[in-house]
Amino acid sequence: MKWLKFGRIFDPREHKLPLNCKNFTQSPQTLIFENFVRIYFSTRVRDETGKYLSHIAFVDMDKTFSRVLKISEKMVIDLGVLGTFDEHGIFPLNILRDGDKIYGYIGGWNRRVSVTIDGAIGLAISHDNGETFIRLGDGPILSASPNEPFLIGDPFVLKINDIFNMWYIFGTKWILNEKEQIKERIYKIGHAYSYDNVKYTKTNKNIIADKLNESECQALPTILYHKGQYHMVFCYREAIGFRQERNMAYRLGYAQSVDGVEWKRDDDQLGLNVSSEGWDSEMLCYPHLFQLDNRIYLLYNGNQFGKYGFGLALLDGEF
Amino acid sequence: MFNWEKLGRVFDPTTIKNVPWMKEFAQAPCTLVFDDFVRVYFSCRPGPDKNGQYVSQTAFVDLNRKNLLNIIEFSNSPILNLGAWGTFDEFGIYPTSVIRNNNEIWAYYGGWTRCESVPYNVSIGLAISKNDGETFERIGNGPVISYSLNEPMTISGPKIRRYNGKWYLFYIAGKKWVPGLTKPESVFKIRLAVSDDGLTWERHDKDIIKNVLEEDECQASPDVFYSNNKYHMFFCYKYSYDFRNKERGYRIGYAVSTDLINWIRDDSLVGIDVSADGWDSEMISYPNVFELDGEIYMFYLGNQVGKKGFGLAKLNGVLK
Repeated sequence: MKWLKFGRIFDPREHKLPLNCKNFTQSPQTLIFENFVRIYFSTRVRDETGKYLSHIAFVDMDKTFSRVLKISEKMVIDLGVLGTFDEHGIFPLNILRDGDKIYGYIGGWNRRVSVTIDGAIGLAISHDNGETFIRLGDGPILSASPNEPFLIGDPFVLKINDIFNMWYIFGTKWILNEKEQIKERIYKIGHAYSYDNVKYTKTNKNIIADKLNESECQALPTILYHKGQYHMVFCYREAIGFRQERNMAYRLGYAQSVDGVEWKRDDDQLGLNVSSEGWDSEMLCYPHLFQLDNRIYLLYNGNQFGKYGFGLALLDGEF
Repeated sequence: MFNWEKLGRVFDPTTIKNVPWMKEFAQAPCTLVFDDFVRVYFSCRPGPDKNGQYVSQTAFVDLNRKNLLNIIEFSNSPILNLGAWGTFDEFGIYPTSVIRNNNEIWAYYGGWTRCESVPYNVSIGLAISKNDGETFERIGNGPVISYSLNEPMTISGPKIRRYNGKWYLFYIAGKKWVPGLTKPESVFKIRLAVSDDGLTWERHDKDIIKNVLEEDECQASPDVFYSNNKYHMFFCYKYSYDFRNKERGYRIGYAVSTDLINWIRDDSLVGIDVSADGWDSEMISYPNVFELDGEIYMFYLGNQVGKKGFGLAKLNGVLK
């Protein structure tokens, strides 16, 4: 595949974000309108303990992605109440337009004591064209299970033939980073489906083969269904050293499927890699595939996990 | 009103010396009857850590079938190790409810983790024993019943039953956290899930026992016993905060059903209350009703939610 990189299309330092956020526009997710594209992202504030809370905001851009039309004035969804799965952050908020309904799938985060964090996936709905979202319940629709014990996150949902298909990640293990004496997590990509959008049945397998090693971390699957084939872009990295070392950091992977469950991974086909210099020269992460006016685009974050914005690439031709 | 005759305390863990994992507490008794003895699973704790926090693990005592006040033996070790880093049961296994399934014994248990903003969270795990309930292995590192849309937290207190070819899991689910005297306190209600295989559960998704104390009444230990064509549930309930105060602590309640789904609560029938003095004078909780050799008994916890063990009562008359 050949991608044309537009470069960074949104840098938070050049705009006024809600809650006075200065940095972080992570995991861009689109909702397409007739004359513009709304891009939701996670930005961050620090709480009284100095730790980050991720909140969801959006930017509306014109269909050439050269102009910012509007930025949300407030967060589009509150964080969860005390003791709930999304009390300490939402990252990402994946959006699905289903007829006249707009759903938001919450990647919710909550802090733990022996490890830093846990997560589960919640469901929200918008009644005002995506300006704000309201949870359908205080708890998650997808959470831990015997073989997926923690860190359920990164939802991406498509409705195909009346079935809601969700791709997501689940944690498998926490391991010790001996050098820094911190616990690091390992997670993989899974799949679940639902007829009513609330009760999801897990396929119960890691659907993407490891490439680096068995500790490879796979994250943020994004899927485009195009001409009878499923195309997935995701990001992956080493379990340890990924913050400091360029060659341990996130890269984009690619896989193809005819049914959404059995996938053939072939990262080389994707043809998208870090740039030799600039905002996406160290890592590529949190991809988001979408189609607009018969073109296929990919939004993604660059260095420092999207601290300084997101960029865009256009597929030259088709999958 | 039922007539429960108290037979006294059966097991006091504080009398056991030199067992580091069992210094105090013998909580949530659960009975498994063998030919010659009655095994009672319970959850116990070592002393608190330097931050005053506890872990719980499940162990058992075997009681003489002919005299339930006579302890024959207790387990050499907890029946299941605590979970791995970051798992739901890293900091506690409590309560545990067991059931025979062919040649195996299946244990559903509340697994405890610790959180930053609230003291804990709980979800329900499953472990299986192939050695007559001496030790168990979990079916996976994660829970079988975890948080869901309308059950956001504190999924605990399992009581597993099988009736008419179906599996019934009575349990509790947290509704919210409320400010307590020193830390947030969980508000939890009795719920029900049904399964064909004990693994995949369909949640009824409703509170099945109405409140009597207050909207934030906490309900636990939904122990169901079938007798005379009715399902009898003994459970315990308390106020949501300041429940260490005697007047607001646990009491045992009662509800009856003919279909396991719709329950009529009538605590006035329960027939067991706190004693005037002694080990169960401040609270009674975590009932477990069972039948043995033609008699019906109840194990239950006394003061401080079983810090000093559990006792036994015998039913005079029938449950109907």
